[in-house]
Amino acid sequence: MFDPQTRRQFLNTTGMGLGATVLGNLAAQAAQTGGHGYHLPKAPAKRVIFCFMAGAPSQLDLFDYKPDLHKRFKEALPDSVTKGQRVTAMTKGRAKLVAPSMFKFKQHGQSGMHLSEVLPHLGSVADDLALIKSTSTTAINHDPGKTLFCTGTEIPGKASMGAWLSYGLGRMNENLPDFIVLNSAFWSGDRQNVQGLYSRLWGSGFLPSKHQGVPFQPSGDPVLFLSNPANVSRKTRSKMLDLVTKLNEEEMSKIGDPEIQTTIAQQEMAFRMQASVPELTDLKQENEAINEKLYGPEVKKSGSFARNCLLARRMAERGVRFIQLFHRGWDHHVGLPKKVRGQAYDVDQPCAGLINDLKQRGMLDDTLVVFAGEFGRTTYCQGKLARDNYGRDHHPKCFSTWMAGGGIKGGTVYGETDDYSYNVVKDEVPVRDFSATILHQLGIDHDRLTFPFMGLDQKLTGVNPAKVVKDIVS
Amino acid sequence: MFFRNSLVLLCSALLSRAEISFNQDIRPILSSKCIMCHGPDDGVDAKGKPSRKAGLRLDTPEGAYAEKKGIAAIVPGSLTDSEAWIRITDADDPMPPRDGHAKALTSGEKELLKQWIQQGAKYEDFWALVPAKKQTPPAVDNNAWPKSDIDKFTLAKIEAKGKQPKSRANKRTLIRRLSLDLTGLPPTLEEIETYLNDTSTEAYLNLVNRLIATPAYGEHMAKYWLDLVRVADTNGNHHDHYRDHSPYRDWVIQAFNKNLPYNDFTKYQIAGDLYPEPTQDQLIASGFNRLHLIIDVGTALPEESHFKNVVDRVSAVGTAFMGLTMGCAVCHDHKYDPITQKDFFQMYAFFNNFDGTPETGGRGTPDFYRGLQKPYIELPNADQKAHLASLDQKIKATQSKIAELKKQQATPPKAAETSKAPTSPKPDLTPKIKQAEKQVAHLQKQRASFTRQVRGAMVMRERKDVKKTHIRVRGNYDQLGEEVTRDTPHFLPALKKSGDVATRMDLANWLVENENPLTARVAVNRFWQQFFGTGLVKTSEDFGAQGTWPSHPKLLDHLTLQFIESGWDVKKLVKDIVLTQTYQQSSSGTSVDFETDPENRLLARGSRTRLDSEVIRDQLLAVTGTLNREMGGRSVKTPQPAGIWKMVALPSSYPNSFKADPAPADKRRSIYTFWKRGLAPPQMTIFDAPSRDACIARRERTNTPLQALLLMNEPEYFKAAAHKAKTLMDQEGTEDEKLTRLHETVTAHKPSETTLKVLKDGLATFRKDGDDHFAWTMIVHTLLNQDSFKNKQ
Repeated sequence: MFDPQTRRQFLNTTGMGLGATVLGNLAAQAAQTGGHGYHLPKAPAKRVIFCFMAGAPSQLDLFDYKPDLHKRFKEALPDSVTKGQRVTAMTKGRAKLVAPSMFKFKQHGQSGMHLSEVLPHLGSVADDLALIKSTSTTAINHDPGKTLFCTGTEIPGKASMGAWLSYGLGRMNENLPDFIVLNSAFWSGDRQNVQGLYSRLWGSGFLPSKHQGVPFQPSGDPVLFLSNPANVSRKTRSKMLDLVTKLNEEEMSKIGDPEIQTTIAQQEMAFRMQASVPELTDLKQENEAINEKLYGPEVKKSGSFARNCLLARRMAERGVRFIQLFHRGWDHHVGLPKKVRGQAYDVDQPCAGLINDLKQRGMLDDTLVVFAGEFGRTTYCQGKLARDNYGRDHHPKCFSTWMAGGGIKGGTVYGETDDYSYNVVKDEVPVRDFSATILHQLGIDHDRLTFPFMGLDQKLTGVNPAKVVKDIVS
Repeated sequence: MFFRNSLVLLCSALLSRAEISFNQDIRPILSSKCIMCHGPDDGVDAKGKPSRKAGLRLDTPEGAYAEKKGIAAIVPGSLTDSEAWIRITDADDPMPPRDGHAKALTSGEKELLKQWIQQGAKYEDFWALVPAKKQTPPAVDNNAWPKSDIDKFTLAKIEAKGKQPKSRANKRTLIRRLSLDLTGLPPTLEEIETYLNDTSTEAYLNLVNRLIATPAYGEHMAKYWLDLVRVADTNGNHHDHYRDHSPYRDWVIQAFNKNLPYNDFTKYQIAGDLYPEPTQDQLIASGFNRLHLIIDVGTALPEESHFKNVVDRVSAVGTAFMGLTMGCAVCHDHKYDPITQKDFFQMYAFFNNFDGTPETGGRGTPDFYRGLQKPYIELPNADQKAHLASLDQKIKATQSKIAELKKQQATPPKAAETSKAPTSPKPDLTPKIKQAEKQVAHLQKQRASFTRQVRGAMVMRERKDVKKTHIRVRGNYDQLGEEVTRDTPHFLPALKKSGDVATRMDLANWLVENENPLTARVAVNRFWQQFFGTGLVKTSEDFGAQGTWPSHPKLLDHLTLQFIESGWDVKKLVKDIVLTQTYQQSSSGTSVDFETDPENRLLARGSRTRLDSEVIRDQLLAVTGTLNREMGGRSVKTPQPAGIWKMVALPSSYPNSFKADPAPADKRRSIYTFWKRGLAPPQMTIFDAPSRDACIARRERTNTPLQALLLMNEPEYFKAAAHKAKTLMDQEGTEDEKLTRLHETVTAHKPSETTLKVLKDGLATFRKDGDDHFAWTMIVHTLLNQDSFKNKQ
């Protein structure tokens, strides 16, 4: 692996912000009493790759198999099912006619998990997945939905999951950020109706900003302001930093503020990142043929979800704690079948490829792979309704998500929805439970990872009680 | 680590003290360990169970002393009779329960509780809710040091810790510190020289007076306020469309420059629209009520959007003016503070009556492109006014011409003349009329298109009928509970109504009346925070029970009363602060100084703090001679890396792609930088600027490698260095002179001999890597990357 160019040995002994974390302190305290550094005795997962499907994929057309629904084509959805639940402005006052999925479902693996025909590759790793059919949220619109899923509440201003992990667990590497965000630059499903993203989804909120996600760019500098100005060589940069350090040290001798030493250390880290980031994104050492077989043809294109999956694997190898991929284009209010096929093409093989790749490298056991959107889609149609053409509105009451690796029990199907995939009838998993489970796999008790702000011990899981979904962890 | 050490110190200090203070010692323990279940919240939790466990309330003496079946939680003076103490010390099943929802009591905390009960378990009113009391400045040993009462308060505490204040910082340090603190800009070489040459005893006072009178003062002071009330240039939700709040921003700048008293500053914002004949400024200020995040029409339900907007508005009033976390009481009674859900919705009722739509819309209309949503007022500048007037005149003239032509067309020829001679046939005027009508249409179109350049200010406006307000059950917008009417929180002074129905103006008056314990205190604390890096109350956003105890409670009272007595005079307060010895201390210290008091809460040295992102950029542009000092106007898009908006924007967002404004607008001060809430300028956020999604009373100050990369490689920053290098090369003087001048420009200090040698060697070694301009550029660049450049010291 890459040998970081350490300019000065002393840096290893200065603050740097490495390891100086909440649990780090707990660890030190716990060590004195013979305990463990993390809250929990076990931390099966060391890192997380979170594939966020922005726009909300249809559970009905991908994961939640309802074989009898075709009999109810165009029937009005009974009030006994909807129970006067809140709907969006797009649905309010309109007829709710049932739109069965046009896709065939097939059973996969030893577990016999049903998956839609548009997810053939994912089917090949079904025995690694824990499919949660009973995820639920309180938000019915994208922005609050995503904000809730990524930061624990609909109200902007809170810390994102990756920021919490950075705060709680600290760094695993000295040359790269501990929370990286990869946004797809393009997608196949929908170009007209694409939902926005917001930096708060990977923001640090009330936590110090060093914990915020670092978005990697698909073109230009992968990390903003990474490259030296055009005519400044690495050698010149090194000389310049030597000079700066001399000035800083003189200042330190006069002022005495240890923060000056931190600046010196961070400048050194920046210099190392100037080498480690290009090394990370440089795929020359990768076997192109193998990667194409694993991740599919799109892996050749910079900015594709497939390429980002490959980059995520390289980041995981290099000790990045939390890698979050955002793939947009899932908001299929009309013309869903064609669009969902396109989106499935984007993510099906890359997700399966990622799982297989991690497995081959012996990293799936301690890498948690997560797949989720902000909510689900309605069983009733929006727009034109035909057997093979329909659209679906936002649906918060049930949707499907999955996890794999990192101590997750593969081949599990958890939770049940009613015949319409409208309500959860068994084992509901609110977003906070979903988050609590991720933290649990990393050895964190969600109730004990807190930060005081605005008079409250803030938590990723919010103020309502959350619980770990024990049945999907091994 | 520091926390633990200080806690130990704190505890040992307390153990030896005779009297336990409820507010200082006991309340924080109860608040963090007990009140969640035994506090003000008298509602039900998510599972429908009572929020208050065992019906026991420990935040009031009535609750704690109450006897039930012969048992009381706390019996003053008796440990053995106090059930709470028995439960706390129960070895098998201690309180708080070991289920993880609250942390266990430490032995130090138990000791404090024990002594408090033994001493009679006296409760005190919560300090922040009691009006400030007149405080006599304490006696000090070193009478020569204090320059004002403020200094006596700080010195007394320093002396009590057995310490001495630091000596006064040198003049160069002071002028840089003061310039950055008062204007956000560094001193020029000329300004430094003037100050150094002023050897009078008034030199420092003269400097303060000069700086506080510069227009840059308002720009700098406004920055903090804009964070606090979350001013930005986009909706913040969903499409994140353009929304123009720049007139409000300009008003804030001018308000600070004109030294608008803080009570009026408050009133204009809360209720500027309700003055009998509101001025333009008062109307613009009422736009405070329009700064909340807002969604575009089409996806959410309008009732939900309306609810969210009002909640956001009320929460902002809570944070900005009252220092209370009002937003915590939307769904339930506050867990720690006496704010009930009813209190929240009574406040909500004041802001529930907005006369406008709760969502933006009107895509394609001029308003949409102007970032405006009704109601708003037009704000043409003089030129625009003239141009619009001339267009209006032309339209009017053409219209009267049309009327005249139509009249002619309709009038029959006069009878007397027709009898004598045959008249020429009457001409058909229709083509002329048509042409004139076309001209009017064209002019009107021209006017509409010109209007897009004119700014408007969104304002607050009341509906005629007062909208009913209901408590929302568990904060769900569509679950109406009890109906409530406008009123202020029950635990604060009563509202004085001017009529049958309370108005927002009544609320505004209530906020700034002398008896209100919060408004002035919260403001004074924030201004203090600006100059010392940390407020006297560290949690400047929260003066509730979960906030921190003030480091100098009496000083805070003193400042508060002085502020009110001065007529809420902000400039006077600022001057009082910067004229203290406390402020003028040197910020250097020993490693022990920094270790024992990293946040300088004791104020035994000058505060050394990392500058805010805006100040770093503005300072960089200033010292390199590239800053454009134009003030006001619409926000400008200062250059940022390509494609970053594209990664987050919707194709249907307006705007959806970033295009930097051309020079010299790109070198305006950062306060004028376009702020997209969905992706704020990275030059700002990397240095801890908030995204302006929420009200922020204090920024974090981190030190990260991404910040190092930004200063190393930001293309505009590097170009500025190159520009400065060129200027230096074109100037007269030796290399030493130039290096000295450069160092002085960037740091306000002459270089030491060592530094000068380091710089000369640097120049020589950079010359090996490029031409002379390159080498000088690298030297400028080096100085801009040193730690002291991004710090105030």
